[in-house]
Amino acid sequence: MTPPRKKKMNLKQRYALMTRGLDWETSYQKMDDVFPYDTFEGIKITDWSKWEDPFRLTMDAYWKYQGEKERKLYAVLDSFAQNNGQLGISDARYVNAIKLFLTGVTPLEYQAHRHFSHLGRHIRGVGPRVAAQMQSLDELRHAQTQIHTISHYNKFFDGFSEFPHMHDRVWYLSVPKSFFDDACSAGPFEFFTAISFAFEYVLTNLLFVPFMSGAAYNGDLATVTFGFSAQSDEARHMTLGIEVIKFMLEQHPDNLPIVQKWVDKWFWRGHKVLGLVAMMMDYMLPKRVMSWKEAWEIYFTEAGGALFEDLSRYGLRVPKYADIATEEAEHISHQNWAIFYQYTQAAGFHTWIPGDDELDWLSEKYPNTFDKYYRPRFEMWREMEAKGERFYNNALPQLCQTCQIPMGYTEPGDPTKIGFRSSIYKDERYHFCSQGCKDIFDDEPEKFSQAWLPVHQIFQGNCGGADLSDVLKWYHMDQGIDNMDYTGSPDQKQWDAWQAARKKVAG
Amino acid sequence: MKLTATGVPVFTVERLTSGIKRQIPLEEKAAMSIDIKTMNVEPKRQTFAHVARRLGSDTTASRYEEGVYDLQATTHFHYRPIWGPEYWTFDEGRTAIKMKDWYVFKDPRQFYYGTYTVTRANMHQTTDRNFAFEEKRNMLANIDEEWREMIVKYLIPLRHYEWGANMNACAVSDAGYGAALTSAMIFTTGDRLGIAQILSRIGIALSEGDGELLDQAKQEWMEADAWQGVRKAIEDSLVVKDWFEILLAQFLVMDGMVYPLVYNHFDTEGQKHGAAALSILCEFMVDWSAEHNRWVDAVVKAAVKESDENRALLSDWYGKWRNIMREALQPQAAMVLGDGGEAVLNEVCEQLDARASKLGLTL
Ligand SMILES: [Fe+2]
Ligand SMILES: [Fe+2]
Repeated sequence: MTPPRKKKMNLKQRYALMTRGLDWETSYQKMDDVFPYDTFEGIKITDWSKWEDPFRLTMDAYWKYQGEKERKLYAVLDSFAQNNGQLGISDARYVNAIKLFLTGVTPLEYQAHRHFSHLGRHIRGVGPRVAAQMQSLDELRHAQTQIHTISHYNKFFDGFSEFPHMHDRVWYLSVPKSFFDDACSAGPFEFFTAISFAFEYVLTNLLFVPFMSGAAYNGDLATVTFGFSAQSDEARHMTLGIEVIKFMLEQHPDNLPIVQKWVDKWFWRGHKVLGLVAMMMDYMLPKRVMSWKEAWEIYFTEAGGALFEDLSRYGLRVPKYADIATEEAEHISHQNWAIFYQYTQAAGFHTWIPGDDELDWLSEKYPNTFDKYYRPRFEMWREMEAKGERFYNNALPQLCQTCQIPMGYTEPGDPTKIGFRSSIYKDERYHFCSQGCKDIFDDEPEKFSQAWLPVHQIFQGNCGGADLSDVLKWYHMDQGIDNMDYTGSPDQKQWDAWQAARKKVAG
Repeated sequence: MKLTATGVPVFTVERLTSGIKRQIPLEEKAAMSIDIKTMNVEPKRQTFAHVARRLGSDTTASRYEEGVYDLQATTHFHYRPIWGPEYWTFDEGRTAIKMKDWYVFKDPRQFYYGTYTVTRANMHQTTDRNFAFEEKRNMLANIDEEWREMIVKYLIPLRHYEWGANMNACAVSDAGYGAALTSAMIFTTGDRLGIAQILSRIGIALSEGDGELLDQAKQEWMEADAWQGVRKAIEDSLVVKDWFEILLAQFLVMDGMVYPLVYNHFDTEGQKHGAAALSILCEFMVDWSAEHNRWVDAVVKAAVKESDENRALLSDWYGKWRNIMREALQPQAAMVLGDGGEAVLNEVCEQLDARASKLGLTL
C-alpha cells in the first residue's frame, strides 16, 4: 500500500497545468512560421504568460455546463413548436423583427465562429488561444440555436426562408455583412478589439437587451429562452474583450495609439450597424421596451462612460465622435425606418406607418426631434396611403462607401441637412454619410475602396437585371409576399384569420 | 446593465425577468390552449428553402440539416484579408481539393452544437466516475514501478501531441470550406483539448497530486530521442498551407497510427505490469477515436469519390505522411514493446493501409 495522496493544488495551479503547460516552443519549425499573423499589426507583446485567464474552464466543465443549457433550451423549443407558440405573440408585425435578426445577425454568428477559429489557431499565447477556441464553439452555438429557434416561425411566416441567400446579396444586409467582413479581414488584434471589445463589451447590451426584452414583451417565448441561454456565453465573451484590451495596453506603451485608433473605428462602425437595431426597437416592436435613445443613454452614455473612465488609467480615451453618436441617437431610428418605408418594395420584411398611439409614444420619447422633423413626414405618408398614393422611392439611393447605409443621415447640429462627405482615392471619388465613415476610409482607402456596394452592383448589371423584379428574383424575394407593407401581406391575412378563429372559439 | 466590482458590465437580468413575467398571463395561456386545439394552424412550409433544395422537396428537415446547410457565406465578400490577400475570407482555393458541393461532407454523427455537447458531457461523466473509482481504490499504486516510468515516457507526453491535433483541427475550422466541415472541426478542436486534459489528469494522479510528472513528460516530448520524430511531424504539419492535407495527415494518418498503437497495443503491454487502472482512465480516448474515425472516413471517402484528381492528390499525401509517421513511431514502439515493437508497428500500418484502400486511396 502506498500512502494516500497528499498534495492538493488550488484551482488556478491546476488549470495552469491542464492548459498552459500544453504548448511548447517549436524547434523544427520557426515559431514565426507556425504563428504567421500575430505580429504584423505592430502590437507588441513582450510576455504572453502575463495573460490572465478570465475564466478557468476546462473542456469537461465546458461540455457539462453547455450540454445542460442545451437540454433545457431544446425542451422549451420543442414545446413551443408543439403548442404553436407563435399564436402567443403580441402581433404578427413583431415577427418582422426576427426576420431582420435571422437574415442580418445569424450569419454573422457563423462568421464569428470561423474567425474565432482563426484566432484560436493563430494567436501565440495559449491562454487567449483556448479562450478563442471556446468562443468559436459558442458562436457556432448561437448560429445554430438561432436557426433552430426561428425554424418554427419560418414554417408559418414569410421572409425567413432564404436567409443565407439573402444575406450574401440584399442591399441592406450588406451593412452587417461588410461590418463583419471588415473585422475578419483585419489582423487578429484588430479583430479582438473590434468584436470582443468594441462590439461584445461596449455595445453588446444594445443588441441583446433590445432583442431579448423585445421578445419577452411581445410574447416570443422561444427567442427569450434562446437569449437567456446565450447570456452566460456573452458574459464570458465580454470578459475576454476587456482582458484583451487591458493585456495589449499593459504589454507595451507603443500599443496605445494603435488600440485607440481601432477603438475609434469600431465604435463608429458599431454605432452605424446598431442603427438597424434602433429602428427595430422604436418601430418594429408592437409592445415597446424602451426607446433607442433611452437604451443608448443607459448602455452607452452611462455604462460606457464608467468603462472609459476606468480605462483612462491606461491612457485610453472615449471613442472619437461619441458625442456625435449620442446626438444621432435622437434621429437614427426615425431616419432608418423612413428609408425602409420608402424602399419597402425591396425589403425582405414588412413595413408600416406607426399607429396613432405609437406616434404619440415616439413624440413622448423624442421630445426634441420627433414632432419637429419626423412625425409630419410619417403623417403625410399616411395621408398619401389613404388616398391610394402610397409613396415609393423608385430611385436607387447612394450608399456610404464605409457603412453602406443609404446616405440619409443629417449633419450634426442641423437635422434638416443631409450629411455628405467624399474623398478621392486613385482618381475615383468615394462618398460617405459622415465624418466618422470618411475618416475610416481615409485611413485604409485600399481596403474600403474594394467594398461590394449593392447599388453600384445593380447599376453594373450584376444583380439579376435592371428592373426591380429582376433584382427581387435574384434576391429570392417573392413579390407581394416577402416584401411591401404589412397591411395586405399574407402574414397579416393569416394572423387575422387566426385571431378571428380564436374569437369564434372563445364565443 | 450593472457594473460589478471588477468593472465588468453585466446584463440586467431583472430587466429580462420582468419582461418574462409580463408576457402571456396565465388565464390567457389557458384560453390559448383551448383554441389551439380547435383551430386549424397549418404550416406554410416545412423547412428553409435552401434546405428544401438540398433535400429535393419541402419536407421535414433534421436539426442537423437546418443547422449546417449553406450556413457559410459563399459570395460578395467585401475586402481581401490584409493578413493574406491571395484569398477571400472563405475561399475554395485554400485547398487543392476540388468539390462541386462542399456539403457532401455530412457528419455521420449528425452533430450540431446541442447533440455534440450533450454527447461529450455524457462521455465525460463516465470518465469522471472512472477517475473517482481509481482514486477510491488507489489503483494506480498497483502499477509496477518501472512501468510507471514508462507511462511518463510514452503516454503523458501525448498531451502535447493532442495539443498539436487541437491546433490542426482549429486550422481546418478556420480555413476549411462549408459549415459541414468547419462545425465538425471545431468540435474536434474541443475534443483534443479535452483529451489533452484527461492525459494531464492522469499525469497529475500519477504524481500523487502535483505537476512534477507533467514537467518530466514535457521534457520527454522536447528532448527524448523517442519523441523527436513525432514532434517534428506535428510541427511540420503546423506549417502546411493546404487545409485538406492537414485534415488527412492529422486525422487519418497520424491518429490512425498513434491511437491503435498507444491505446491498444501499449495498453495491452501495460496489463502485464499491473496497469489495469490505466485502461479505465483511457476509455474516453478509445471510444472517442472509434466515433471520430467514422467522420474521418466519411470525409475522405467523399473527397476521393469526387474525382480522380482528388484521389491522386489525397493518395500522395497519404503516402507521404504514412511514411513519415511509420518512421517517427519506430523508436516509440521499440521503447515500449522492445523486440516485438517492429511487428506491432507493421500490423498497425497494415491495418491503416487496409482502411485507406477501402476509402478509395491508392497506396
Ligand atoms: Fe454570438
Ligand atoms: Fe457611413
